[in-house]
Amino acid sequence: MKPMTTIVQEANRAEPKSTVKMTVNGTEVEREVSTRMLLSDFIRHELELTGTHVGCEHGVCGACTIIVDGRAARSCLTFAIQADGADIRTIESVAGEGGELHPLQEAFQDNHALQCGYCTPGMIMNILSQIEAGDKRDMTDDDIREMLSGNLCRCTGYANIIKAVRAVTDTTKRS
Amino acid sequence: MSTRMFGENVKRNIDPKLLKGEGAFVDDIPLPGALHAAFARSPFARAKISSIDTTAAENHPGVVAVYTSDNIGPLDIELPLLIPHGSMTDARTQRPLAKDDVYYVGQTVAMVVAVDRYTAEDAAALIDIDYEPLGVEIDIEEAVKDGSPLVHETHPNNIAADFTQVSGDPEKGFAEAEHVTRIRVQVDRSTSAAMECRAVAARYDSTTGELVVWDGTQAPISVRGGLASILKLDEDKVRVIAPDVGGGFGQKVLLFYPDELLVPYASINLRKPVKFIEDRRENFIGSTQERTQVHYIELHAKKTGEVVALKDFFYHDTGAFIPYGIAVAQVASTSIAGPYRIPNIHVQFQAVYTPTVPVTPYRGCGRPQSCFAIERAMDQLADELGLDRFDIRRRNLVGDDQFPWVRDGLLFADGLRVSLDSGQYHKALDMVHEAIGAGDFAEEQKKAREDGKYLGLGLAFYVEGTGLGPYEGGHIKIHPITGKVYVNTGLAGQGQSHDTVFAQIAADQLGVAVEDVILTEGDTGAYDWGVATFASRAAVVSGNAIHKTAIKVRKQIITAAANMLEADESDIELRDGAAWVVGTNRSAPLAAIATATNPLRYAFNEAAQAATQFAPASRHDGPALDEGQHPGLEATDYFSPECATWAYGVHAAVVEVDTTTCQTNIRKYVCVHDCGNMINPMIVDGQVMGGMAQGIGGALYERIEYQPDGNPANANFVDFLVPYATEIPDIQVEHLQTPSPLNPLGVKGVGEAGCIAVGATIASGLTDALSPFGNEKFHHTPITPSMIFEAIKQSVPSKNETI
Amino acid sequence: MKPSLFEYCAPGTIEEAISALEADPDAVVLAGGQSLIPAMNLRLANPTKLVDLRNIPGLSDIVIEDGVIRVGAMVRHRDLELNRDVFAANGLIREAERHVAHVPIRNRGTVVGSLCHADAAAEMPLVLLVCDGSVIATGPSGQREIAATDFFQFHMTTARETDEVITEARIPVLPEGAGFAFEEFARRRGDYAIAAVSTIIECAEDGAITRCAVGACGISERPVRLSEVESALEGKSADSASVLAAASLSSEYVTAPDDMHATTEYRRHLLKGLVERAVIAAVARARGEQS
Repeated sequence: MKPMTTIVQEANRAEPKSTVKMTVNGTEVEREVSTRMLLSDFIRHELELTGTHVGCEHGVCGACTIIVDGRAARSCLTFAIQADGADIRTIESVAGEGGELHPLQEAFQDNHALQCGYCTPGMIMNILSQIEAGDKRDMTDDDIREMLSGNLCRCTGYANIIKAVRAVTDTTKRS
Repeated sequence: MSTRMFGENVKRNIDPKLLKGEGAFVDDIPLPGALHAAFARSPFARAKISSIDTTAAENHPGVVAVYTSDNIGPLDIELPLLIPHGSMTDARTQRPLAKDDVYYVGQTVAMVVAVDRYTAEDAAALIDIDYEPLGVEIDIEEAVKDGSPLVHETHPNNIAADFTQVSGDPEKGFAEAEHVTRIRVQVDRSTSAAMECRAVAARYDSTTGELVVWDGTQAPISVRGGLASILKLDEDKVRVIAPDVGGGFGQKVLLFYPDELLVPYASINLRKPVKFIEDRRENFIGSTQERTQVHYIELHAKKTGEVVALKDFFYHDTGAFIPYGIAVAQVASTSIAGPYRIPNIHVQFQAVYTPTVPVTPYRGCGRPQSCFAIERAMDQLADELGLDRFDIRRRNLVGDDQFPWVRDGLLFADGLRVSLDSGQYHKALDMVHEAIGAGDFAEEQKKAREDGKYLGLGLAFYVEGTGLGPYEGGHIKIHPITGKVYVNTGLAGQGQSHDTVFAQIAADQLGVAVEDVILTEGDTGAYDWGVATFASRAAVVSGNAIHKTAIKVRKQIITAAANMLEADESDIELRDGAAWVVGTNRSAPLAAIATATNPLRYAFNEAAQAATQFAPASRHDGPALDEGQHPGLEATDYFSPECATWAYGVHAAVVEVDTTTCQTNIRKYVCVHDCGNMINPMIVDGQVMGGMAQGIGGALYERIEYQPDGNPANANFVDFLVPYATEIPDIQVEHLQTPSPLNPLGVKGVGEAGCIAVGATIASGLTDALSPFGNEKFHHTPITPSMIFEAIKQSVPSKNETI
Repeated sequence: MKPSLFEYCAPGTIEEAISALEADPDAVVLAGGQSLIPAMNLRLANPTKLVDLRNIPGLSDIVIEDGVIRVGAMVRHRDLELNRDVFAANGLIREAERHVAHVPIRNRGTVVGSLCHADAAAEMPLVLLVCDGSVIATGPSGQREIAATDFFQFHMTTARETDEVITEARIPVLPEGAGFAFEEFARRRGDYAIAAVSTIIECAEDGAITRCAVGACGISERPVRLSEVESALEGKSADSASVLAAASLSSEYVTAPDDMHATTEYRRHLLKGLVERAVIAAVARARGEQS
């Protein structure tokens, strides 16, 4: 008896390839990639920007979140070729040139908003894109939860991430 | 820098690199030319393999090797039983690649190594395997019945282990009782679901014979030992590194997973670096899980509510194999009496093989199940005797003056007797009573019901044996150039902040800044004495080892500094990275002392040159090093606990049920927790809150949905519902700090604490909330909306309360 | 979890896209990819060729004219959700979009892609159905308009032919003064609905319901209009008794079998409650009692 799940494929199909050109963290890159290469793999293994993590490859966990043309997106649910011509930002672009933490990153450290740190880059990119996209001052806790939904964290229980977001968005706490 | 760092909310040393994406997880390690592995896995829960044809896969472009049980040499073995125990006979463990039989959906049958993971997956799908499926029984209570299909022919009724423990004189207790409460409770299968799946990469250097393995494991030293042993390599030629690891929660403490052996083997075999990066689906079907237990618990009590005896029988689902022995069931059975005196205990379990992913500890390790059993039973007893739920607990809690409370006859997972070492159980209960507003709750509940809202108060107490031995070590060396403090221990971290809390411990003894203490862990090349990260043991066992070591180094510094500064040792104080003569401005920086204690004549830097302005660090005649003296500032010490130290806590929640959606809303949640002296309260809170979020997952959302044929129907994050931020409420954590008398720092473990009591607390609250609807007691988790609907459907209020 | 091999093209015209689909019956249209790519990563979908619409001009347009919101095939959920003109023309859309997964998914996923994926528990098919909308299918022989009621056939099955591209969705502007609501329950925020209900209700001056549309998803093999509920409400004053009576008629529409997230019986209970909530909320809006 054969298992139902076996997928029989043609053994000798050549791997189709395409050339992609995009801007990543301000630098233009051009590579020949196989058409099926996921953007997450392209960023991590072709560009060696390993700060973007892969947690589920089916779009639920959000660990691979990057910013594509100004908006947060799942790099595991995008083929590299789809990003041809796109402007991409990854976690490596967030800190200052001298390595100083971005205020959001600082808030994460101050509030112990990360433990293993695996979900953190995706979490930061999602939050950053939403803060940049619109007025996010004085959100309620539920607003912040809604903002974070779409990024799983298994370590923190989220409470300290909520605090960190509040620290950078709450005008009442700023001087 | 004279402030004590122990007890301070120190920010974490590790954060900046993780926040900037500079962490180095296994798949981030650059390995040019690495090959990638993928597996052909069994689609059947139980089957005979009649043939395997790898021809098409071998001929697939880009494939370098295909392995089956026929060509893996020394790895075609049954894997080791990690923790043997007399209650098991012929304990069954898995083979790296299946031979003749498969025992669960997801079991590895063949491994492909190819130029990339995409190609490896293509080829794995081309491996042609013929199976003859066999009958299966997934339900543990059915599996033990005569005639049920067997997972292993060697084990009648699928019973892997049968173990009874007795404390006191249960028969006498049963006879004294005036009332007996009996309930059945069930907790379902879950999984760690760390955000990083497991990962292994290996590089064999054929010129030096060195094998380096990067493994996302909680136990690198043990992995190194096993690899060397099984592959017949010199231990010194095998280096295992657990780099940054994205969460573990127990799943990553098991060894060996098939890939942990096969990847290094392939690397040696192919003379190339090889990687296996587990994907999420594989994590659900190939990496170990935990939780399913069914308890039949009896409380034998006086009419006053005092419990005089406890009897528990439970089935423990161990999955298809039992590589970790009975650890999970043993922890459950020895924790069954919770924080209560209950002098007479009879607890028996049967571990049952089912054709499912093998079971090993997942954060909590049997404690959530036993807590669920005893706490639901306590509520039931209170109900039957007409007592308040807080009152019945007060009548049974161990008193402050009764510690240590020893349960003779119950041997914990460390093989040592259960001894609740310290605590303030009554105070904790009073604190939670106050914080949750229990005094006014009845009124609030009544009012809410008048408005058609169903509020309930939930309560559960837990204890947690933590800090198990046998031992861990600490090694400290002060660098002669920078004066920075380098600390090693044998653990591996998966997010627990070891680098910071251990730095705090060392900093206090050595008078340096926390950020100047650099911890190296998880690398057998740096330090290779120790056990692993599990059982909430890091702070207790490694923490105290490092503390003891730091005291030794402190003494070395003081001796050398007294010589150098020509002062009495009693006048030397350590602060600000230097040794000072008390009341003067005379000081020597640690770098200078470290340099001066090394009788090497080169002066590499200013610190070394500075060392020359002081008197000699050692006052002796003869050779540069005196007999028994070692160069530099360096020491090693170990801590071996006499037995586990028991943390505890109590949870209370106010829950509300929406009778339309049947959703449980947690309106308020309070945890009072005591893990002894806290090294870093911010980190303790983080551990507790993270554990509680996992507990909420287990209470309301997460269950592996094994279908009757043994296929897990939700081996993905779409249908296995790990909570998002939107599902986790605010949680209030309060602390007591009752020092443990069992270790110098007075600390207890905290890693697993948060998750233990959540299921029992939510169930208790839901029972209270829905009492107007009848008599549903919520003795089964996770509690789904469909289950809540079942509880209310007979009498959903006819009035439309939403208008 | 890597996709199997496929060929890829990103034609510059719709005609070329259609030719590519005609040439290969196993080719699949790629828009945002937020449903297709997970299925490919899991190798549940193994298309031989992807025809990416991203280079075809005009498909990202949102046009409101003649009482219809025309949503191009590459319009992302997030664009529709945040578009102020769309919000003014049909407030139901934003309310429903907020339940579609999470922001990063809505940033890339397309509305038309959701309609074509046609998950039986998805929100946007329900919106199209309740609004009496339609889609434009462009194929080798030109364009055809398919009404929502005909388009959604089964779970993940639509009336689109394999050589057609759905180039546009047409969602009617809501009538002046119409109230609307979207009520959903999912076990976890952003997940597909266990059940969701959408309503559009118009009321007379005296408050009586003059016209209503009530639909649900997650309860059977496709989104459905609860016509019995609609009939029971029309002409009624929407007092709690009549709403409850009407909502009770929803049970028979639940045909989904017991699954891991909900039993059929519970879904019936849930649906009834969501219908009540959605009707009450829409009536309140129609009467100007809330915005």
